[in-house]
Amino acid sequence: MSGSRERILGRVRAALADVPPGEAPEDVLVPRDYSSAHDRGETIALLVDRLEDYKALVHRTPAGESAEVVARALAGRGVRRVAAPDDAPEDWFAECDTDVARAGGLDPAGLDGVDGVVTGCAAAIAETGTIVLDAGFAQGRRALTLIPDYHLCVVRADQIVTGVPQALPRLDPGRPLTWISGPSATSDIELDRVEGVHGPRTLEVVIVE
Amino acid sequence: MPSFPEAAKSATGDSQLRHNLRKATHTIRAKRDGAVGELDDWSQLRAAGAAIKDRTLRHLDTYLERLEDAVTAAGGRVHWAADAAEANDIVTGLVRATGESDVVKVKSMATQEIELNEALAQAGITAYETDLAELIVQLSDDLPSHILVPAIHRNRAEIREIFRDQMAAWGVPAPERLSDDPRALAEAARVHLRERFMRTKVAVSGANFAVADSGTMVVLESEGNGRMCLTLPQTLISVVGIEKIVPSWSDLEVFLQLLPRSSTGERMNPYTSTWTGVTPGDGPQEFHLVLLDNGRSDVLADTVGRQALRCIRCSACLNICPVYERTGGHAYGSVYPGPIGAILTPQLQGTASEPEASLPYASSLCGACYEVCPVAIDIPEVLVHLREEVAGGSGHTAEKAAMGAAGWVFGGERRLGAAQRAASAARSLVPRRMPGPASAWTDTRDIPDIPEESFRSWWRREGAAEEAPEPGRAPGDGDEQEGGRR
Ligand code: SF4
Repeated sequence: MSGSRERILGRVRAALADVPPGEAPEDVLVPRDYSSAHDRGETIALLVDRLEDYKALVHRTPAGESAEVVARALAGRGVRRVAAPDDAPEDWFAECDTDVARAGGLDPAGLDGVDGVVTGCAAAIAETGTIVLDAGFAQGRRALTLIPDYHLCVVRADQIVTGVPQALPRLDPGRPLTWISGPSATSDIELDRVEGVHGPRTLEVVIVE
Repeated sequence: MPSFPEAAKSATGDSQLRHNLRKATHTIRAKRDGAVGELDDWSQLRAAGAAIKDRTLRHLDTYLERLEDAVTAAGGRVHWAADAAEANDIVTGLVRATGESDVVKVKSMATQEIELNEALAQAGITAYETDLAELIVQLSDDLPSHILVPAIHRNRAEIREIFRDQMAAWGVPAPERLSDDPRALAEAARVHLRERFMRTKVAVSGANFAVADSGTMVVLESEGNGRMCLTLPQTLISVVGIEKIVPSWSDLEVFLQLLPRSSTGERMNPYTSTWTGVTPGDGPQEFHLVLLDNGRSDVLADTVGRQALRCIRCSACLNICPVYERTGGHAYGSVYPGPIGAILTPQLQGTASEPEASLPYASSLCGACYEVCPVAIDIPEVLVHLREEVAGGSGHTAEKAAMGAAGWVFGGERRLGAAQRAASAARSLVPRRMPGPASAWTDTRDIPDIPEESFRSWWRREGAAEEAPEPGRAPGDGDEQEGGRR
């Protein structure tokens, strides 16, 4: 209703009668003297520490051995059928004998039927233990990492940044983003933390160096 | 709706409620202190957060138009709602247009404020809350009592009963032999809601932030019900207060540090979703943003009270507040409880009637809420300002409200006196005599001396001392009516 649009904007303008007419938004100064990153030592070690704090399972591996680590992780979880984005690299799965379903063809019910999902990511933030997915390369659409109960995420060392302020410039707000910091959790019942309500109950991370 | 003192009286007499609240507020408080203490630039982040919000509020018209343009350019549709009735009409119309009669909801205080669920029900549309705590509240036909943990007044045995008795009427029933283990209860909710998520085609959400430059909506959550609602349905309708705007994408670097640490005491909440309009092939293909005024432009017009619109709903002020800890959220009689509710509700709704008029007195003015607020809202300053307004309107209401609120809450002269003496440094902002019409109130009472110790240190000591139960005596008993007199 355009009537309300004009009414609300009119009310807002009237409410701001104390703001001098010549003042531009940028004239309201924002002090930016907060740190862009907090120095906490080695970035990858920090990410591992933070992820483990969220009860995520973490592996560090040299590039050549990542397929083996993925295979071991899936076998360790007893995953028989795993979903992966259509563009996820073949060599991630080179060593495993798990059935890999390319996710392009799976609807939500189909995703509900797999044991887990393997994706890459867009960035990872060490200080907060956060993995950011932007639906780009090797990540698939958002539902993919949401419905299955287990998520294995492959993070390349060059995707890791120290803090939140370093992550935002790398990310395109035009893409749908999901920031994941540990598995799904709730503390709604007497503040007892329970892992997993709707999202994956287990988050496993392979950091490829 | 009872006024705050009446509601507080019954609440402080409920020992189960007080026990749950105390455990919750103390636990979250300790976690928050740890998470905040980790960042040595917290005060700089806080100053930046306050300034970004001030910039937005002082130029809200500019940012509203910018947001509208960006959302529209990204394939979303923007609707403007001057008040609750209009917002409800818009949402009802949008749902009807889809031909659906069910919607899933991710926890949203804006939709609680406008009582959207009730409005949808009148139109024959059922709104399903999907946040675990909100689900508990909805199944038990109850009201939320905390911003962050809405069902904190319920214990596990009660939750089991609610699930056993009510789930079947709403969808997938609770399992036969449901235990009261939180894991089992969470699993029952998972099963109950999964079926709902899989087949519901329309979702309603709020947003924590709306980025003007890019048109991006931001939702922070833990459970994944948010992600379910934001990605599985075909149509997404977000009802967002006009004060939720931040100017640019990079400003999120401040708020994504301030909010999780202040709120749940985590470095980051498990899930944050951002989306901009619609993305072909991923998520809802129809996105509607309903921009809600509903009294916010009135708050904006008050140059003292305006700062309340900076609020990012972290709930830190609830968890630190000695008054909230004793009364719980229901006593405030509003969607926004605790210290922020005490300043926001009367401003949104006016102070003409008694429940709202009593709220500015639901405080000891100790200043702890200001100390913890991540966007530095000077709640005590606004409280005093609103008291002036109430006192100017009707002396009787003010007097009754003031005496009642202070008395019931502190349950005795000794405790109130101690709380006032121990008020923090922020307390010095409160003038000895209130100017204008409120002077009639302060003239007959001393405003206590400037404190010798900080409120925080007093509260830690006194709060801890009080852990020892007072057998057979609830704090609401006894000489509380004298509490406010000096
Ligand atoms: S007033 Fe401040 S502390 Fe209270 S909920 Fe709002 S942002 Fe948080």
